[in-house]
Amino acid sequence: MIAIENVHKQFGALHVLKGVDLSVQKGEVLSMIGGSGSGKSTMLMCINGLEGIQQGRITVDGVEVHAKATDLNKLRRRIGIVFQQWNAFPHLTVLENVTLAPRKVLGKSREEAEVIAVEQLSHVGLKEKLAVFPSRLSGGQQQRMAIARALAMSPDYMLFDEVTSALDPQLVGEVLDTMRMLSKEGMTMIVVTHEMRFAREVSDRVAFFREGRIHEIGSPDQIFENPQQPETAAFLKSI
Amino acid sequence: MDYEFQWRPVLRSLPEMLWGALQTIEIAGLAMMLGTVLAIFLALAKRSGKKYLSLPADMWIETARNTPALFQIYMLYFGLGSLGLQVGSYTALLLGITFNNAGYLAETFRGGFAAVPETQTRAARSLGLGAVQTQWHIVIPQMLRAVFHAMTNQMVWSVLMSSLGVIVGLTTDLTGVTQKLNVVTYRTFEYFFVAACLYYLISKAFTLSARVVAWRLFRY
Amino acid sequence: MYFGGSFSRGDFLFLLSGAVTTLSITLVAVVIGTVLGVLFGLIRAGAPWWIGNTLGAVLDVFRSVPLLIQLVLFNSFNSMLKLNWPTFTVGCICLGIYASAFCTEIVRSGVGAVPQTTRRAARSLGLTWRQELTSITLPIATRIVFPSWIGLTLGVMKDTALVLWIGIVELLRSSQIVTSRVQEPLLILGITGLIYFVMSFPIARLGNQLEKKWGTQ
Repeated sequence: MIAIENVHKQFGALHVLKGVDLSVQKGEVLSMIGGSGSGKSTMLMCINGLEGIQQGRITVDGVEVHAKATDLNKLRRRIGIVFQQWNAFPHLTVLENVTLAPRKVLGKSREEAEVIAVEQLSHVGLKEKLAVFPSRLSGGQQQRMAIARALAMSPDYMLFDEVTSALDPQLVGEVLDTMRMLSKEGMTMIVVTHEMRFAREVSDRVAFFREGRIHEIGSPDQIFENPQQPETAAFLKSI
Repeated sequence: MDYEFQWRPVLRSLPEMLWGALQTIEIAGLAMMLGTVLAIFLALAKRSGKKYLSLPADMWIETARNTPALFQIYMLYFGLGSLGLQVGSYTALLLGITFNNAGYLAETFRGGFAAVPETQTRAARSLGLGAVQTQWHIVIPQMLRAVFHAMTNQMVWSVLMSSLGVIVGLTTDLTGVTQKLNVVTYRTFEYFFVAACLYYLISKAFTLSARVVAWRLFRY
Repeated sequence: MYFGGSFSRGDFLFLLSGAVTTLSITLVAVVIGTVLGVLFGLIRAGAPWWIGNTLGAVLDVFRSVPLLIQLVLFNSFNSMLKLNWPTFTVGCICLGIYASAFCTEIVRSGVGAVPQTTRRAARSLGLTWRQELTSITLPIATRIVFPSWIGLTLGVMKDTALVLWIGIVELLRSSQIVTSRVQEPLLILGITGLIYFVMSFPIARLGNQLEKKWGTQ
């Protein structure tokens, strides 16, 4: 379980998160929606400790993320994250991109790591591209590779940060299909997204972020059909 | 022109000159290796943001870049001598080129580090790689590609600069050997022409092998 | 000449006169190098590939052989051909040709950096090849390569130190002469380094700033 309690985050004078409370259960898919600058992406970065926080507490299965004693590298093995910019490692082949962390972080042998990597890459439909360098892949393929790279660590949680925003429209579908498949398999996912139809279809709950707080949270039906807050309705109308 | 070329004595001394060429390669190569290691520290010192580290690094880099290489060699040869630290011409030359290489390469590396996007570090850390692992597996390989061309150039500079040893009395590198033979025979043009050819070959050998290495290494 | 004296005002003026020689050689060499470099660079950029590449290969020799060796060879040419040019002239011409080899590549890269579409647009407006070159390509290219050209100028200035080997008394040689009288090599080399620094650093900074300013536009 991921538990977020009264989290505040500041970049200098800029107060990005102003007290967020949220908990995500095992097996749940939670979507975060909201305008740009509403704090949803920052929230995601805080969950695996890529960003620090000034106040509050985030725990992942009882481990406090921002406690001094926490070994972040160890914690991050269990939390996969995929970014908006796909961040393929350009100097490594697709296979090497995926085997790097299992080998260097989990200490698996090359053979073990390759078995896992081939399995995950087949899973996202990139079995044919093992020996290729990322520069030869389309954006959608690179993004699916990034998903396989995160899955190869067999994480308990997956975080998705606007993973389709930087893609050409015709490539969005293949990435969403991959994520849809993951949600069906029971992966716990937190998804920051602008794809409202997708959010509605796969999510168990949807959180609407506004000005650094969760303004409204509820089932997809509630948020999209029957929002309780006028700002939620206004936001949904505006996009 | 009533000058008569005499190539025979030059050909006879060719083995001696080739030994000199070997020493030239040795000096240039050593100065490059030492310079690279020092440059990484200088670049890191400049990035550290700590005044007591970045200020000396800055002084080193700016002196290396804004004074002649020969001046830097003089500083080591004559300057250190007056402090009671007598260094030979070989050492002065080696350290002088090293000093110069380090200064130029530090700037190159600084640019190289900047060429690897912050998001790469972020992605690596998010997979659980530690800070050192991230530098070693992700940042440095990409930085090396960004700076490889500049490093090749610096290597050639290193070879060319090593010819300055003769001015502080070195007689064992290619230029030194050539000058020694020249003083005895006065066939200045012939000897230095052959030396020029050898330098050209050394420079090209380094450039070409760097190209092969780059082709093998940077297939992406 | 006596030994063991202390560093005097006269010594300092002597160093400054050496610096003037350094600057004069730099100036002449850079002028020669730039004129030839622009000419060769345009040939490299525009002429049929076999002419351009041959020229490139020849100029590459000057960048692959130590300047010191080039100076010695050029100087021995001077006596072999009985030209009897003063060493100052020999130094300037040799450095000038050396500089032109670098300047050529700078000019070529500058012309290459002007987008083909810009040049086509100009030609489509009815400008002739020459008009296009002088009013479009060269102004844009100049901006692009100006920082590199400053770098080249500073490089030439530092390389002038090598002409002491053929007997020209420039700044570094002056410092040696003073040292042989005053016997304080570290002090005098320090002052010499400072003079080099003063001549080089402000211009280097200016180049950096222009690069930053023009780079962001």
